[in-house]
Amino acid sequence: MADLKIRIEGLYKIFGPNPGAAIELVRDGVSKQEMLDAHDHVVGLKDINLDMTDQSIQVVMGLSGSGKSTLIRHINRLIEPTAGRVQVDGRDVIEMSKDELRDFRRHRASMVFQRFALMPHRTVAQNVAFGLNIQGLERGEVDARVTRWIERIGLGGYEAHYPGHLSGGMQQRVGIGRALATDADILLMDEAFSALDPLIRYDMQSALLDLQSELKKTIVFITHDLDEALRIGDSIAILRDGEMVQQGDPQSIVLNPADDYVADFVKDINRSKVIKVATIMRPPANDTEGPTVDGEMLLEDVARIMTGEGAGWARVVGGSGEVVGRVSTADVMGSMVRQANDDDTVQAAQ
Amino acid sequence: MPSWLTDFPQLDRATLVDLRRGLDQAYRGFSREFGAEIEAFFDPLLFFLVWFERLLINAPWWVVIIGVCALVWALTRSWKLIIGVVIAFLLIGFFGMWKDTMSTMAIITVCTLVSIVLGVPIGILMARSNRVQMVVMPILDVMQTMPAFVYLIPVVMLLGIGKVPGVIAVVIYAIPPVIRLTNLGIRLVDREVLEAADAFGASPWQRLVRVQVPLAMPTIMAGVNQTIMMALAMVVIAAMIGVKGLGQPVLQSITNQYFTQGLLNGLAIVALAIVFDRVSQAYGKRMQKHHGGTVHG
Ligand SMILES: Nc1ncnc2c1ncn2[C@@H]1O[C@H](COP(=O)(O)OP(=O)(O)O)[C@@H](O)[C@H]1O
Ligand SMILES: [Mg+2]
Repeated sequence: MADLKIRIEGLYKIFGPNPGAAIELVRDGVSKQEMLDAHDHVVGLKDINLDMTDQSIQVVMGLSGSGKSTLIRHINRLIEPTAGRVQVDGRDVIEMSKDELRDFRRHRASMVFQRFALMPHRTVAQNVAFGLNIQGLERGEVDARVTRWIERIGLGGYEAHYPGHLSGGMQQRVGIGRALATDADILLMDEAFSALDPLIRYDMQSALLDLQSELKKTIVFITHDLDEALRIGDSIAILRDGEMVQQGDPQSIVLNPADDYVADFVKDINRSKVIKVATIMRPPANDTEGPTVDGEMLLEDVARIMTGEGAGWARVVGGSGEVVGRVSTADVMGSMVRQANDDDTVQAAQ
Repeated sequence: MPSWLTDFPQLDRATLVDLRRGLDQAYRGFSREFGAEIEAFFDPLLFFLVWFERLLINAPWWVVIIGVCALVWALTRSWKLIIGVVIAFLLIGFFGMWKDTMSTMAIITVCTLVSIVLGVPIGILMARSNRVQMVVMPILDVMQTMPAFVYLIPVVMLLGIGKVPGVIAVVIYAIPPVIRLTNLGIRLVDREVLEAADAFGASPWQRLVRVQVPLAMPTIMAGVNQTIMMALAMVVIAAMIGVKGLGQPVLQSITNQYFTQGLLNGLAIVALAIVFDRVSQAYGKRMQKHHGGTVHG
């Protein structure tokens, strides 16, 4: 099991003239709407607790205004909390002095922004070099690292271009290069792909997963798009009106939405790309004929194998190759479609 | 009817006279006491101005033209401007105004440099603090609307007639645009870009020199351009307190009704203004080329 990297505990953020007093009301259970209407304070975040695992991608999802940007900005303390703790490797970021915090931002956590936030007066290479300049690295070292990262993010040949002359996808590649070049072990991505066209977005997700398989950073990835969350996240946390409503791995969120808000998010999802076959298998039987599939395999892939071979059953094996269960084609198909009581299945049938 | 309803309730003459006298004497006392020190303070400026003026006047005319053209090329990369500059300078020399033009160029350059050196930091301070902005703004308004002659009086009382008071008068008149536009330019810098600088751990100084000032540069240059134009507009008034250059023949022409002399020198000032204006604008535009269009979807 991987280690704990970031721990957020009892985090509150209240915007307004007197957050210190307002937080008591929030703790006493006054609602977000009431805080706004009667007390002129915006509840940004309410009692957030979240543990993030080292070297994995933690997605934070929620509708616009649910507090995602506010939350991610507490990790590098671009926003000061009203109450609570943010620990990185056991060290409380909120307690850091100015110098320590600056050092933390320079070397430990870098950030990618929704609207890129590139420096328009700097070339691609100079933008990628930004964090290194801030670190005070020597020129030779900066140049060497920049060259390497520009190749890695696929912008070789564009070094001398200005960001204003590049497409959105390329600009965000620069943003990612700028963030990776500092060698920080934490990468904060606030809706990094939301401003991009769907096709480009898909490519960027692939590129990110590709980079991650090699770099093993701890990534906090904000999105409002469930498909993106499911594709990218090792773990997903869902925010609503500043409160955490559910957290868990992608499959548990799709299979067991905690409330209507989450259920609404997951209702249109392609379940076959999320659910693993081990989740739906039956106990093993000795006489099962058919292909062997790994328990970690997604239903989509299992279905492809089974229909390809025209098999009615498949044997499911665990990590060390032992048979742990079996599934029928009907099981797989049945789990791919939504529950029968789902109201818009009925509407679609009419 | 009480008298204060019919006649304005004003200070009586004696009090008013006393007041004026008192203030004037206090100021005279101040300038007697500290005049020498204050003059000494401005000595390096005077030294530089004299050195630069001599340099321009003593250098052969074609060296000056080549030098100016090299500078214009470095700043603007524009052939058209260079041709314009050469023609303007040749005509100025041809009509016998070379020396005065060099003097004027020297003083305008020095005044512009002083305005930038003082004005940009003031503008930066203003952009950083609303309180500073609230204090400085009205002062700038007064500086720009107060007739130049009024603040010439204390300057001349303090420093007498000459180059330094001339520079001070010109700078007071011409510095507000640099200050205003530096303030504006820095305040307009994209908040998200600043947040990115913070997120990467930039110190306040790094943030200023690596992000804010470069991004505000086109706006600051627009201020510099206006400052140069205003400095040129002060040439004639500066001549009244002993600043040499194209202003003096213009003054002479007013008293002696020499229409042609006035016109020629006036045209030389206009030519200088056009050159300075085009060069600083073209430079600003060249810097701006990459700014602006950042979002392409
Ligand atoms: N500086 C601020 N002052 C007041 N309210 C704010 C501020 N920043 C964010 N908010 C409010 O906090 C809530 C969460 O905002 P945000 O974190 O930006 O949401 P998201 O990123 O999920 O769209 C919103 O209601 C927003 O209006
Ligand atoms: Mg947001």
